[in-house]
Amino acid sequence: MPNHVLAYLERTAPRVPDKVAFSNGTDALTFREVHDQSRAIGSFLAGRGFHRQPVAVFMNKHPKAIVAFLGVAAAGCFYAPIDEEMPAFRIELIFGTLSPAAVICDARGKAALEKLAFAGEVFLYDEIRSTPVDDAALAAVRARHVDTDPLYVVFTSGSTGVPKGVVACHRSVIEYVEVLSETLGFSEETVFGMQVPLYFDACLKEIFPTLMFGATTYLVPKNLFMFPVKLVEFLDRYRVNTVCWVVSALTMISAFGTFEKAVPETLTTVAFGSEVFPLRQLDLWRKALPRAKFTNLYGPTEATGMTCFYHVDREFGEGESVPIGRPFPNREVILLDDDDKVPAPGGIGEICVRGTSVTLGYYRSPDRTAASFVQNPLHADYPETIYRTGDLGRYNERGELLFVSRKDYQIKHMGHRIELGEIEADVQLVDGVRLACCVYDKESERIVLYYVGEIAPADLLVELRARLPRYMLPNAVEPLDALPLTANAKIDRVSLMTYTERKRKESRNG
Amino acid sequence: MDELLRILTKLHPDVDFTGRADLIDAGVLDSFDIISLVAEVDSVFDVRIPAEEIVPENFNSAVALYAMIQRLADE
Repeated sequence: MPNHVLAYLERTAPRVPDKVAFSNGTDALTFREVHDQSRAIGSFLAGRGFHRQPVAVFMNKHPKAIVAFLGVAAAGCFYAPIDEEMPAFRIELIFGTLSPAAVICDARGKAALEKLAFAGEVFLYDEIRSTPVDDAALAAVRARHVDTDPLYVVFTSGSTGVPKGVVACHRSVIEYVEVLSETLGFSEETVFGMQVPLYFDACLKEIFPTLMFGATTYLVPKNLFMFPVKLVEFLDRYRVNTVCWVVSALTMISAFGTFEKAVPETLTTVAFGSEVFPLRQLDLWRKALPRAKFTNLYGPTEATGMTCFYHVDREFGEGESVPIGRPFPNREVILLDDDDKVPAPGGIGEICVRGTSVTLGYYRSPDRTAASFVQNPLHADYPETIYRTGDLGRYNERGELLFVSRKDYQIKHMGHRIELGEIEADVQLVDGVRLACCVYDKESERIVLYYVGEIAPADLLVELRARLPRYMLPNAVEPLDALPLTANAKIDRVSLMTYTERKRKESRNG
Repeated sequence: MDELLRILTKLHPDVDFTGRADLIDAGVLDSFDIISLVAEVDSVFDVRIPAEEIVPENFNSAVALYAMIQRLADE
């Protein structure tokens, strides 16, 4: 196995230099261009003396952003992708933790950065991509590299209101793409249709197998996920055969009756994750694509991409859910009960992960790291860090792992992992709000915010837009005279949940 | 039309939908909104919007959306 992710590109680029590596349908980059431009960017950063520092990449979902990631890695730095649509407030929170040594951006990112209080260096991708390649400098960087050096930091929602930066090293990523590729059968013939944004670890699934095999990835424009027939046309046009999408992107196609008009016939591998696949929708997919292989994927960002998989091999009855299956090779899932013991067979426990895939922890956040990246409580014989996911699971009688629920207030909404506590923390910062509580109504897939205060709901939403990313904005906002409290004076989420369900049913009936 | 504006305003209380024709182009509506709209139109107007009608042109303004609903209701 290589010790640096760029080894894949270095092996593949001379073999298939003119093949398209990454395209969004309009702009495409070949393996030669990816190799050349990533070395140019690496040379530029190395020439400026950056080394083992975070470099933020603040670009649109575009092939160039991927090359920027690789360029950062070539310089021996680690990349931190920033969502171009993220509100300034949140970017400043992230930069507060990250203190990036530099930011690589496109024109739009640069304009957005100018409105921020960011004092570091900002470079336009297009201005540094033709830097002369300094092979000696890149080789010197590589000579000092070890595979436990970080490759990226990706930020995920944090319950205190401050996003957490998950740091992953080369070794975890290399090991992950190797086992993932084998399990899903990726090859040089694979044509990916990438749905996920580049600011998640989820995009590892496409980026690195593409470099490893000389495959091709089409970055599906985000807007197409509103328009199902156009989306299927995109997949057809580029003969996409493999998708690894969040469930809500797949159900958007099936739930609208798209298959009556258009079926993505070239698809042979459909992997999905992040949420529970509603069985009726999964059936529609399996009927539309009877020859395709469907695989459920499960895993926290803190364990590098996906941890478990389940190849759908049977029908499911009412009340059943699709298992998350079993771990990929070279990682183990341990269930731990409230006493940190392994529960009896069939019993519920917290899903904990051990192995190379466990990431390095949270960037500049030792307390939060210590809370979730812990010594394996099953022994004290030598140091062994496991990651506690906060997800509860159990094994069924077939020995397949099932997801049960969360231990806390983290939710999955439209494929995004969100801490309700982070939304609440931001709401509390708005003038005219005294008390706030968010609940997630699973049935209607809505985040509902209740608050006590003088501000009007529409004004509150305007304030929140400036603080929260789009996917974290409450879908309904309702002022109340008071929030219900439990016996020990905490906000009573259960009764707010009951209230939300009752209101939903009433509005349907009337 | 008032009914439709009520549905839209429920999704985005801070947007004035009467004068806008860039709801998709400007990113006002996202995929979550489209899903909600299709469901709401079905329940309120008893009109099922088929997949091939879910295109940007039909969602860029309240007027276009309403015209589509009327057209589908007549069919």
